[in-house]
Amino acid sequence: MGEHIIELKDVTKYYDDTLVLDHVSFYVNKGEFITFLGPSGCGKTTTLRMIAGFDLPTSGQILLGGKDISYLPPNKRPVNTVFQRYALFPHLNVFENIAFGLKCKRVLNTYENENGKKYVKKQRLSKAEISEKVKKALEIVDLEGFEKRSVSTLSGGQQQRVAIARAIVNEPEILLLDEPLGALDLKMRKEMQIELKEMHKRLGITFIYVTHDQEEALTMSDTIVVMADGIVQQIGTPTTIYNEPANTFVADFIGESNIFNGTVVGKRKVKFCGKTFACLDDFEVNDMVDVVVRPEDIHMCAPEDGILKGTVISVVFKGIHYEITVRVGKYELVIQSTESREVGEAIGMNVSPDGIHLMKPKYTKNVYDGVITKRNTVEFADGEFECDLTQLYAGSSIDEEGYLVTAAGEKLDMTGTEVNVEIALEDISISDDESLGGAHGHIISIIYKGDHYRLIVRTEENEEDFVFRTDDLWNENDYVSVIIPKDKIKLALKNTEEKKK
Amino acid sequence: MKLRFSRKMLCIPYAVFLLFFVIAPMLVIVYYAFTDKNNHISFMNFVNFFSDPTKLTTIAYSVVVALITTVVCLFIAFPVSFILARSKFKRKSVILLLFVTPMWINFVLRINAIRELMNWIGLLGEANYFNTVFGMVYDFLPFMILPLYTQMSKIDNSLYEACSDLGGNAFTSFFRVTVPLSVPGILSGATMVFLPSMTNYVVSDMLGNSKVTIIGKFIETYFGTNWHMGSMIALILLAVVLLSSILSGGFKQEENVRGTSL
Repeated sequence: MGEHIIELKDVTKYYDDTLVLDHVSFYVNKGEFITFLGPSGCGKTTTLRMIAGFDLPTSGQILLGGKDISYLPPNKRPVNTVFQRYALFPHLNVFENIAFGLKCKRVLNTYENENGKKYVKKQRLSKAEISEKVKKALEIVDLEGFEKRSVSTLSGGQQQRVAIARAIVNEPEILLLDEPLGALDLKMRKEMQIELKEMHKRLGITFIYVTHDQEEALTMSDTIVVMADGIVQQIGTPTTIYNEPANTFVADFIGESNIFNGTVVGKRKVKFCGKTFACLDDFEVNDMVDVVVRPEDIHMCAPEDGILKGTVISVVFKGIHYEITVRVGKYELVIQSTESREVGEAIGMNVSPDGIHLMKPKYTKNVYDGVITKRNTVEFADGEFECDLTQLYAGSSIDEEGYLVTAAGEKLDMTGTEVNVEIALEDISISDDESLGGAHGHIISIIYKGDHYRLIVRTEENEEDFVFRTDDLWNENDYVSVIIPKDKIKLALKNTEEKKK
Repeated sequence: MKLRFSRKMLCIPYAVFLLFFVIAPMLVIVYYAFTDKNNHISFMNFVNFFSDPTKLTTIAYSVVVALITTVVCLFIAFPVSFILARSKFKRKSVILLLFVTPMWINFVLRINAIRELMNWIGLLGEANYFNTVFGMVYDFLPFMILPLYTQMSKIDNSLYEACSDLGGNAFTSFFRVTVPLSVPGILSGATMVFLPSMTNYVVSDMLGNSKVTIIGKFIETYFGTNWHMGSMIALILLAVVLLSSILSGGFKQEENVRGTSL
């Protein structure tokens, strides 16, 4: 451990014009089991493909053992991949599939001639060497005696094993696994998880694993890299990622979470759900924070003993625990407990300081670059909105012809003026009536925050985001119009020269 | 009584068609092949065919011409299909279309055009075998490109990635992935080119300046004078075709490529 076998330095990747990886940097220690975890489209597979050499970075560097391999073709890299859909050669049998890499290999052998001079020869592996290695690989994946079988007669799990054998037989420095268990059923997947983990211990090579399954990541990895939107959100051990999520995305994606808006009210004191709690994270007093509380960290007690008091509104049995939803005033909390409660029962709840995780909110307001149009509206984020131009100059007004008249009586044509646009989270609303609103987009994220939802709507053209809070429940991927009241759009002139004029 | 319509009744028209247009004519040919001018049963046509060196050389020539045509078509079509199937070019269907469009233009017209071209560069009557093969290749190339292209487009890109990942270079990926996985396409393309080039005597007549006689031409000539011999040659050709189909079918994989012959 300690030696960086792979290092990504500031890697950015565009597919055509779409940004898929945005300045990604991290390293992987030798011998580690590292997992790239994130929702689909987060860039995890692209990262893996760039390490394998199938995709090239648009900018940035990939170092392998300190050497730059960013533009090296895949066949020159000491890494092997287990593909998502196995990619076994259908025309070859199990033995030939596994031997494929060995047959491509050339090794340097040193010989001595009659005069005692040493010389080096580049040679293929002998047939005996190849079949010995293939036999060993088949033993590792528990498929002894399958050599002659055609791959099309194998079950999904067996094909998976052949794919793993085909990769590890080449003794790569790094084994890349691209959602290798995605096509298997649950029981098989659990078995393979344990086997892969054991294989990793036995072989001692670095495993880089890609998955969207958070449980799989937590079970198997030494280190998890959580990715979303082409950005690394957090890197850490499974325990750190689970117990100390870096932001609400990670908290929401890994495990279940209660997320609230909170305010720091004193030294290690935070107020949320209308009550003050002791916590461990240190923030400035009066900071607005996101508060994350895991469902298993809320302890139920008698109503009079709890800081929070509420009524049970649903109880669901989940096998090893009960999932209990409780209404506390206007907030809703989810609790996981081995004890059950009756629906309608009044209960008290406590959260110990180490169960409360504070994080700086990622979104506090929406900021855009805008341009004033001929109609005295403002264009930003792929949309056009009515706005109040008089806020740009104190005491100004708009005359009948549409010119802005300053307090000094000067007439200004604002067309084409660049402005900074700022909108608070609570000032945006959405509608499914397409004729309304200044911009349109799809809902890409919904996070429940106890008493409201935080939504992100992304426009199609330039992928601009609107972040806002709403009490209504929407569905992800809904196409909606964004409505912003005229007086809630705060404008500011871009450069000071404009102001002087 | 209720008229019950079962699904099986749908095949009656096809059965009638097969009976009248495939089975009956075949029986007629067999009858002619094994009778003499007085309509007595006779094996003389068969004996005559195999004891006549001209007839045997003709059939050998036909096979050679067809083989050369097939091989040339394969060598042209393979790289074309490979490039088309592997390229990321968005409009590749347009290029494919350009290769295939000649098929939609009247065949006799195309051959006439080639004849004029050959005449113009002075090859007509000078290089009869070359001209014949040239015309056949020109004519049958699309039948080789289409199945090859279809087969190659089916090769999953991840197989190429796997090959490269396992240390294979471009050479390995071509000979150990592309070629073996194209075999069904090669076979169906080869059958679709080989068989018609044995019998298509219009090409050999017009471009070979009537100096190149292939087996198809033979049959045509005999049907002018001796139906019995003509039928026998037709039967022998059928046997050759059947044999070559079985031979190539032996290598064929289960999956079916468009236009297989058997």
